[in-house]
Amino acid sequence: MINKGGKVLLEVKNLKAEVDGVEILKGVDLTVRAGEVHAIMGVNGSGKSTFSKVLAGHPDYTVTGGTATFEGKELFSLAAEERARAGLFLAFQYPVEIPGVSNSALLRLAYNTLQNERGLEELDPLEFEDLVHEKIKVVEMDPSFLDRSVNEGFSGGEKKRNEILQMAILEPKLAILDETDSGLDIDALRIVANGVNSLLTADNAVVMVTHYQRLLNYIVPDYVHVMDAGRIVRTGGKELALELEARGYDWVRAAA
Amino acid sequence: MSSAIQNLVNQPYKHGFVTDIETETVPKGLSEDVIRLISKKKNEPEWLLDFRLSAYRHWLTMEEPAWASVSYPKIDFQDIIYFAQPKPKKQLASMDEVDPELKRTFEKLGVPLHEQKIMAGVAVDVIFDSVSVTTTYKAKLAEVGIIFCSFSEAVHQHPELVKQYLGSVVPSGDNFYAALNSAVFTDGSFCFIPKGTKCPMDLSTYFRINTEGSGQFERTLIIAEEGASVCYLEGCTAPQFDTNQLHAAVVELVALDNADIKYSTVQNWYAGDENGKGGIFNFVTKRGLCKGINSKISWTQVETGSAITWKYPSCVLLGDNSIGEFYSVALTNHLQQADTGSKMIHIGKNTRSRIISKGISTGRSSNSYRGLVKIGSRATGARNYSQCDSMLIGDNCGANTFPTIDVQNVTAQVEHEASTSKIGEDQMFFFAQRGIGSEEAVSMIINGFCKDVFVHLPMEFAVEATKLLGLKLEGSVG
Repeated sequence: MINKGGKVLLEVKNLKAEVDGVEILKGVDLTVRAGEVHAIMGVNGSGKSTFSKVLAGHPDYTVTGGTATFEGKELFSLAAEERARAGLFLAFQYPVEIPGVSNSALLRLAYNTLQNERGLEELDPLEFEDLVHEKIKVVEMDPSFLDRSVNEGFSGGEKKRNEILQMAILEPKLAILDETDSGLDIDALRIVANGVNSLLTADNAVVMVTHYQRLLNYIVPDYVHVMDAGRIVRTGGKELALELEARGYDWVRAAA
Repeated sequence: MSSAIQNLVNQPYKHGFVTDIETETVPKGLSEDVIRLISKKKNEPEWLLDFRLSAYRHWLTMEEPAWASVSYPKIDFQDIIYFAQPKPKKQLASMDEVDPELKRTFEKLGVPLHEQKIMAGVAVDVIFDSVSVTTTYKAKLAEVGIIFCSFSEAVHQHPELVKQYLGSVVPSGDNFYAALNSAVFTDGSFCFIPKGTKCPMDLSTYFRINTEGSGQFERTLIIAEEGASVCYLEGCTAPQFDTNQLHAAVVELVALDNADIKYSTVQNWYAGDENGKGGIFNFVTKRGLCKGINSKISWTQVETGSAITWKYPSCVLLGDNSIGEFYSVALTNHLQQADTGSKMIHIGKNTRSRIISKGISTGRSSNSYRGLVKIGSRATGARNYSQCDSMLIGDNCGANTFPTIDVQNVTAQVEHEASTSKIGEDQMFFFAQRGIGSEEAVSMIINGFCKDVFVHLPMEFAVEATKLLGLKLEGSVG
């Protein structure tokens, strides 16, 4: 395993969380440093998506135990929007449609909110247009998507590319990609993966939540974690994903 | 429903203060004697008293309409003050003579009364309780032949015009509330744009009900002669009382050949508290007559207040090629009930109409669109497009759409579209995850939802409407 030795961005210890009184996360530990790429894999219902939503602050989930810090700050004392402004980004598995709100208006509001937070100048619509036209190349999207309502009438692949466009604009420190590969054809998968790769630096990190190894061919992880029944039961390098692809999950679960 | 959405809608009403001003009222209750007294106080001519009395006699034979999707305790029409006016009553020649207390009220409300704001270029008629307090900019308008004054003044100064047009669009016996208004109306605005004149500034009326237990029954009459055009704005507020107040206005618009009238309303009457106590009953009849060829009447309304709204701004498209438009945003919260929509009556050939209605409901409120599109047998080539969209915030509110389409000419084209959407928790979480707070998120969603209507409001009204919706929704999300 490679330890790139960047500073710790996220540190999760013994995290427990429930939804509607049912415990889903039963003690998750994870440390993510700047410059790292992590993959969390596991079968349906293992708690992968719950983990990403809990970190982002989805109101349906209640944290019942454990701790999480983001750049040293107590994550669970921050509201969802504060976590986002601190640089935690979640690319949604099922991006929502927002009728009547144009993509560019949303992007600009989100960008300027962040600029304010960072004590930087807001961009006016014209300046922002220059920025967004540059960033949109990252995901090979047609600029006409900027004038359309957020995700309304977008195909599955277009929605996922739109998520990565938001990531490109907001430049988060930690991006969690929740099954970003699901529903993507091979071309869209390549575009999304190239987009994410182009955004990776030594100062940020990515956590990919996925079922399948194929995304990891494009975005190569430093660490692969297997989640089962609300815990991370095994951690390895990228070769672990290949082994899972070949052998399935049962042997890991049995070993756990 | 997350509590952020809940908190966002529960912003207190900020126009709920009462002005401490001496008021002259007539005793509660309604009778021919009260009507004679009102008429006498206003020193009215005989024909107007006759108009009132015949309306009253007709009203006695009528029943309150029960078809609207609203419910409220039976109104005791004998328990209402039908006339209240600020003392002292005298003719005001300039702004300096307006009661300072009253001026302060309107300053609080942000009505552009004083001079520097008048420089901004809006002529304002202010109706306080039932009496027109002041009409600004009158002299300047008179130079181009435009009459803009209180209704009472018009009765005395221009009786021939009032007599010719009063009741010509909404007859005195048209409906229960219109008949009541015709019997007891106390003042209102009058506006006459002569042939070929484009009104050089927006005209505005500001309505305020101040006295507890009083009703407001104003009457607005706007006439645009051949080739004339005018843009008219109306704003409304009321103090906060635990009792319900009745507002039954009548607005009549007449557009002759090639004339164009654009009428915009931002209605923010007191809506009652979160348990539905108090608030205005807003039972209003608004109708425009496109009398001449190529005439056009456009209604734009933003309805946010009132405990109950019962209001259907309509266009009668009599002239060939005439156009009627209705753009509406109706927001209801707490226990508010709105039953509002439009009627487009196509009589002339090639008449066109468009209805864009946006209903937003939250709290435990109920919001209904009710509309009629009628294409008469002679209305060859008539076209209508209607779009009714509802948005729900929270799980305890309701939205209904009741469109009626009646087509008697085979060449007509009528389209109706409707949709219902919801501000969901997932949308709110999405905004939050992009760093955007719940108030901004809701305001962005609502503005997106309403933009087809807001683009038709005059600039300053659009800004006010956006702010108002934001305020009304504050605290409802979260």
